[in-house]
Amino acid sequence: MTTTADDALAPVAPAVAATPASGSKLRWALGDTLALARRNLLHYTRVPQLLVFTFVQPIMFVLLFRFVFGGTIDVPGLDYVNYLMPGIFGQTVVFGATATAIGLAEDLGGGIIERFRSLPMVRMSVLAGRTGADLVRNTGVVIVMFVVGIAVGFRPYSVGGVIAGALIVLAFAFSLSWVMALVGLKVANAEAAQAVAFPLMFPLTFASSAFVPVNTMPGWLQAFAAHQPVTVVVNASRGLMLGPEAAAKLEQFGTFTTSTGSYVLQSIGWIVLILAVFVPLSVRQFNRT
Amino acid sequence: MSRAPAIEVRGVTKRFGDVEALGGVDLVVEPGTVYGLLGPNGAGKTTTVRVLTTIITPDSGTAEVLGLDVTKHPQEVRASIGLAGQYAAVDEVLTGRENLELVGQLTHQPKSTIRARATELLERFDLTHAGDRSLKTYSGGMRRRLDLAASLVHRPPVLFLDEPTTGLDPKSRNDLWDLIRELVADGTTLLLTTQYLEEADVLADRIAVIDRGTVIAEGTAGELKSQLGATVLEVAFPDDAAAAGALATVGAVVAGAETDGSLVRAPVHDGARAAMEVLRALDDASVDVSGITVREPSLDDVFLSLTGHRAEEGDAPPDVDDPDRGGDR
Repeated sequence: MTTTADDALAPVAPAVAATPASGSKLRWALGDTLALARRNLLHYTRVPQLLVFTFVQPIMFVLLFRFVFGGTIDVPGLDYVNYLMPGIFGQTVVFGATATAIGLAEDLGGGIIERFRSLPMVRMSVLAGRTGADLVRNTGVVIVMFVVGIAVGFRPYSVGGVIAGALIVLAFAFSLSWVMALVGLKVANAEAAQAVAFPLMFPLTFASSAFVPVNTMPGWLQAFAAHQPVTVVVNASRGLMLGPEAAAKLEQFGTFTTSTGSYVLQSIGWIVLILAVFVPLSVRQFNRT
Repeated sequence: MSRAPAIEVRGVTKRFGDVEALGGVDLVVEPGTVYGLLGPNGAGKTTTVRVLTTIITPDSGTAEVLGLDVTKHPQEVRASIGLAGQYAAVDEVLTGRENLELVGQLTHQPKSTIRARATELLERFDLTHAGDRSLKTYSGGMRRRLDLAASLVHRPPVLFLDEPTTGLDPKSRNDLWDLIRELVADGTTLLLTTQYLEEADVLADRIAVIDRGTVIAEGTAGELKSQLGATVLEVAFPDDAAAAGALATVGAVVAGAETDGSLVRAPVHDGARAAMEVLRALDDASVDVSGITVREPSLDDVFLSLTGHRAEEGDAPPDVDDPDRGGDR
């Protein structure tokens, strides 16, 4: 079978390379991941509802806690807005992680994953392209929320601290994306993904230090709230963004139960643990689906 | 010396939980030919295609594409096949061009090739005007054409089309048929599944009739039709009693006449001549006729004569062919 340039329908055999030439395996995986991440990000720019869900909801939370509830919440030694904003970053990425599950469930239902599976691509890039796109989206959201925070009076300690704190939150968000990838692969559709994700994410977000100090909660709840990953990550980010002086005060009043450095280490521990468990589980589930 | 088959399936079985989707399917497709897999919903057509396109692995048996075993060399098989079908596997949000370019990227073609190929395919499939629009604005026929184009981006020598025209209007269906014929003229081997005998008849060199996970008949369209009594003549009467009364008159002209409510139906070979003779006989007997139809046998007729049961959806295990809802996740 030969092909002439002017014949769009003529086949060639073999059509394309089946396996990468030695040494370019990583390039294939990276290329496929980028192609799919780009595709997923295009969805955010073209479906306004997705953007509303992504940006408007966290802004509402800032306004709600800064101006409605904020007046009644007392954090010793600190302006509440400074306490709040790192919590908002945490809450935003935890809620946003659901998008990973919804996106994957929709792709599975719509049939496009059938096409991907019939192509000689690197299979895992379907998942990596999804979680990678969600990392980019989360980065955008955190930047926007930072600007909103500054506008309502958030005053972090240093640029370096803000960047370090944001990186911890984003790394945590990336690990949650892999949890939600597994959810998206296990359920049948977007609605079911949301139904599974919500009862998981809601207690993690609200029974945490995101909006109020954990030591104001009843003892039985503190046992969970003080050690669960959202508290650990938000407090790490808080300590980094607000600086050593504020962190010392938080520790002195019992709002922090340990030092910023310890929260950072614990956060890294959680992130590594979640990735170590859920990346293999998601990949296995994807290969089986 | 004959060439090796393009597709060879031997004794493939697949269960989804309690449902046996494939109960030992055998198929041989010669290179450069069109093979039609004909059957009702849930017969195992889509499952067969999903095995051959490496999407699912069979429980037992072997399936080879271009001599490559789909379970042992899936990546090599993927490089040589294209897949399109009723579940138009395209991205609704992206534009037509972006969809084609995405497939180009995922088949690792050079950047310049990807752009040129997308332009070429949009043009060839009469979608140039819509190439930069989101698929949400496409009609059903346009979407199906883009789906077909997307399966051709990497010029695969073996193509799988799963119910390519299901749900399309007659004009779009004919357009798609023309495209499929041109594809085949260019040497592509095509395995096509369909619920329509007419479609298999028009497009396929050979047809396998599949029911409840096994192939129950195989041959050229001509062979199958002669097995089935070719054409069906139907005479309609004002009511059931009139039909029963006219049965003897019709039966005297054509053999094998039966009543079905207010219809009298008979398999015939020369439809036009039989229709004239029947009408003449009925006119001589002064019997009122409400209508007369000469038609090709439908999938229902095929199934009735091959299996003794009708090709109704309710006959099949529910949804085993449906990747959206099947228990096959």
